[in-house]
This record gives sequence, C-alpha cells and structure tokens, in this order.
Amino acid sequence: MNLDLILGILQIVLIATTPLVFAGIGELVTEKSGVLNLGVEGMMLVGAVSAFIILVITGSYFLAFFVSILSGIIMSGLFAFLVLFLMSNQIATGLALTIFGIGLSSMLGKQYIGTPIDGLSPWFFVIFSFLIVFLVSYFFYKTKAGLILRAVGESHNSAHALGYSVIKIRFLSIIFGGSMCALAGSYISICYAPMWQEGMTAGRGWIALALVVFATWKPERVLIGAYIFGGVTILQMNLQALGLRFPGQFFSMAPYVATIIVLVLISSNKLRIKLSAPASLTIPFYKGR
Amino acid sequence: MIRIITFLSTFLVFAFGSVYADPKKVGFIYIGPPGDHGWTYMHDVGRKYMESQLGDSITTTYLENIPENADAVRAIRKLADSGHDLIFTTSFNYMDQTHEVAKDFPDIKFEHATGYIQADNVATYSARFYEGRMIEGHIAGHMTETNTIGYIASFPIPEVVRGINAFYLAASKVNPDIKMKIIWVFTWYDPGKEADAANTLINQGADIIVQHTDTYAPCQAAQKAGVYAFGQASNQEEFCPDAHLTSIEDIWGPYYAERAKAVVDGTWSSGDTWDGMDKGMVVMSPYNTKLMPASLIQEAVNMEVGIKDGTIHPFTGPIYNQAGELVVPEGEVAPDGMLLGMNFYVQGIDGEVPQ
Repeated sequence: MNLDLILGILQIVLIATTPLVFAGIGELVTEKSGVLNLGVEGMMLVGAVSAFIILVITGSYFLAFFVSILSGIIMSGLFAFLVLFLMSNQIATGLALTIFGIGLSSMLGKQYIGTPIDGLSPWFFVIFSFLIVFLVSYFFYKTKAGLILRAVGESHNSAHALGYSVIKIRFLSIIFGGSMCALAGSYISICYAPMWQEGMTAGRGWIALALVVFATWKPERVLIGAYIFGGVTILQMNLQALGLRFPGQFFSMAPYVATIIVLVLISSNKLRIKLSAPASLTIPFYKGR
Repeated sequence: MIRIITFLSTFLVFAFGSVYADPKKVGFIYIGPPGDHGWTYMHDVGRKYMESQLGDSITTTYLENIPENADAVRAIRKLADSGHDLIFTTSFNYMDQTHEVAKDFPDIKFEHATGYIQADNVATYSARFYEGRMIEGHIAGHMTETNTIGYIASFPIPEVVRGINAFYLAASKVNPDIKMKIIWVFTWYDPGKEADAANTLINQGADIIVQHTDTYAPCQAAQKAGVYAFGQASNQEEFCPDAHLTSIEDIWGPYYAERAKAVVDGTWSSGDTWDGMDKGMVVMSPYNTKLMPASLIQEAVNMEVGIKDGTIHPFTGPIYNQAGELVVPEGEVAPDGMLLGMNFYVQGIDGEVPQ
C-alpha cells in the first residue's frame, strides 16, 4: 500500500460520507427538540431535484443550493405545521412526508432525467460538514439557546412552565433539520453523482436516521458514526478490488446491524435510555395542559 | 323501442366487434425508473416500439421502481387483477414472484426477463449480452495501459458472472498480462455507490471501467478521472464523451412487438428465447472514433460479423475454471446450459464469486 492509494481512499470516503453527515446532523437537531421526523429521505430527494432543476435552468450553483435549502424549509415546514399545530402522529406524518417527497421529486424531475450538467467540486461541502457538526455541538453544550432546545426535548412541560415557547423552538429545529436534509440531497445531485435520477439517494435518508440512534443523540458521534458507516463501505470495495475474499452483502447491511446493536446496548439499561434519547421524543405537546 | 335499441346495439357489436376488438392490455414491471438511461430505459424504449408497431390493438401500462421482494407480488397481481393479458416482468429476481402470481391466473400470459424457469403461461426471454462483453474485452485488452480493468458488478447471478468471464477471456487473449479488479456493489441502482466503486477501481490503477449496473455514474466518474469506460444497456456517450468507448445496447422492441402480436392473434405459447447479435437483440453502440484507433474499430466490427454468422463464440474452449479444471474442451463451445447456470470465474480472474 502506497501513500497515493491511501490518500485516494480517504478522498472517496470523505466525498461519499458527507451527505450522511448533513442529513444526520439535521435530524439530530430535530430529534433533540423532541420531534422524530422520518421524512429525511423524502426531503433529501426534493432537495436533490430542486437543486438540479435550478442549476439546469439558471446555471447558477448558488441559486441551486439556495432554492434547494428553501425546498427543505418548505417540506419540513409542512411537517412542522402538521405535527405541531394539528397534533398529527409524528411517525405517520414523517413516513407520509418521505412517500410524498419520493413522488414529488419524481414528478418534478421527469423531464430533467438524463440532462448532463457540470458537477461542482465537493470539497467546500466536505469542510462545511465538519464545521456544522462542531457548531451544533457548541450550540448544544455551550450556549443557553442550546440548553433550552435540549430542555424542550427532554421535558416540554417543564420548558413551557419556565416560559419558553415549545412550539416555536420545535418549529425552528424541524426547519433546520429539513434544510440540512435538502443540502444533503443537493450535494448528491450536484457534487457526488452529478445527475438527476429518480430515488437517487438510494436509502441514505434511512441510514441518516439510523445514524442518530447509533450516535446516541450526540453530535460528534454522528460524525464518527457517519465515517464508520461510509468508511466501511469504501473499505470493503477496496478489499474486493484487491481480490480478497469478502462478503460484500454483509457490509451492505452493516450500518443497520450496528444500529440495532447500539439500540440493544442502550435499552438494556433503563438509566442509559434516559441519558441518551430525548425523553419527550415523539410525544406531542398540548399547550393547554 | 327498447327492442330496437337492443337489436341495433347487438348488431353493432357483432358487426364491428371483430374489427374494433377490445385492445389487449400489456403490462410491464420495471425494477428502476424508465429514465435511468440503462436497463429499465431500454425496456421502456422496447415498450414504446411495441406500441408504435401494434397501434390500437394494444394498450400498455407500466409500474416502475418495484423492489425485488414481496412488493413485486403485489405489483404483478395488481396488473393481473386489472385485466392485463400479457405481463412482462423485467428483472431476474422477479422469478418467484412471477410464478407465484402466474399460478393464480392461468389465462394471463407472463414473460420473465433473464429467467430460466418456464410454465404453461410463463415464458422467459433474455439477450446474449455476453457477446457484447466479448467485444468490450477485446477492445479493453488493446486500450489499457495499466493492464488493469475495473469491473463494477451488481449481483452474483449467472448473467453477470457470464459477462465477466466473456470479457476476461477476450481481454486476456489479446493481452495476457491483464488483471481484473471486480467490485460487487449488490445493487442495480445507486448512482452514488456506483460512482464510489468506479473511483475506488480507478484509484487502484484501473484505466478502463466496465459496469454491470444501471446508471451512467461510473462512466461520468471515468470521464472525470480521465480514463475509459464502457456504458451499460443504452448508448451513454452524451454523458461521458471523452471516456465512452462503446456500450452494449439491449434492443427489446421487436421481441415485445412479436409477443404482443401473438397474444392479439391468440397464438402465444410459452417458451424460452435467448437471442443475440444475430437477431439484433444485442447491438453495440457506435465505437468512439476519437478514442479508438481505426484498426481496432475494424477488428471489433469484424468480431460482430463473426458472432452474427456463428464463426466466433465468446466461450470457445479450451476454458479452465479457477481450480485449473478443463470445463470446455478445445474446439468446443460452452453449451447454453453451462452458460445459463454459470457461477464460477474462469482461470486468471482473482477472487471468487460471492455466494
């Protein structure tokens, strides 16, 4: 193994893992405020297709990412409206959002399939993904606003009693999550595999969701987890290409198995569950009580 | 009055019924979206060709993005329940699902692509893509400078393994030093993962990328890295003009038109069709004249002619397996039975087929 080979592998890992980091950290913030949004995959796809369409029409990368993030805000805003104001079930609404996103993105992108575009260099986003994780971590553990957000996720009634607006804080967290998911999607369609194809995120939204559990709701661990998931995939490809005998199927399911193992570990002890998962996760907040 | 209307309508139905018979409904199950510019795209091109040939005597429907699991049963059943007369299931792993539904609908005809099990109302059909792989291998053997070929494989099924072997046999014939690096990605469709695999192979020294997955992401990655690539299923030159040498195109239209016509005429019968270049089911995309020397293009064209008239067969003995056992003796060609169930690499390929 020479240095070039290792640097090459590192590059591929960085490029492949970045969308997981974006989507994972966005979902983490949403869940920290006590809301589970299963619509990650759908929001990623809508983000991916809107960035692609805007890029084809205007030729501007800036506008493409801008509109993509806007689409994430709209999609997650819709979700927030349903679960926060109409008190709909978070799990059902999130699943519906994913299904809606898959359909909407296919419909919007129909005539753009197979349009060639010039991809954008991924490195700015790779660096930005690290930055955002550290910013979120700093926000949670070093700022008052972060503490309030976590309080809302742990016990919305207490936070409400202290005079914080639970609905407003949750709304903002959901919007942040949505825009990160859209960013992840646009990164995929513009930098990672510059094209639009229906369902091109290919399940990365679900891996991001698993990642948050795997990370036991800690921002730095989302980063570490994403690089374990992404790194393992690329590593097994390298081992295969080197001609080593290797069960590739095993590594396709590894992220999910790892998540289940973490779930078993943290739920084997009641205290540990309390310490990791936000206590109010998926519980709707009624202002009247 | 009512009698007259009844009589008239009965008369009209009998008089014109034979001319304006109900159009036959033809349904398709797609593994991906028709826009993948690969496998599903070409099936959809075939569907449209069939429509253009048969006009008003058929109507067609398709269901896209159907996973190869129990969802496929529901999708096929949905088509069967909604009065389709002929249903094409266009992926290998729809096999059990197709047969499960076909058992319950003996009057509906089913056609399962790349399958090998037939029933009274289930026919199978496939194309001899390996003929194209042979030509790709020959070209790759001449074009590579690093003597390293990167091959992105999807699932370890005979069709894919056959392609790898046909490619390697032809490539090693012109260039005995050739090395194959194979990555199994266990998906037909994931642009990101396909690009990762291509980049990994290029990083390990491959200067020609071959893919058996469905999107043009690998070809794009090759273009970006400045190496060559072969497209998949349809002509992908527009997406990677500086990398694309040629593609194997799947031409399903004439077969679909023929089978649908048989259903319209009531002459459909089950069977197994496995056609290649001679019948025009496998076609090579225009060779890239900017990248390939004219003499090599000529050799490739000559090979096409040889394959069509039967003087060239990609699996001509002697062929050894990895253990060094002779599987096809000198002067013979591999029988279809062996090709259909091929699950081993030939001698010279490293690694082993995942089980």
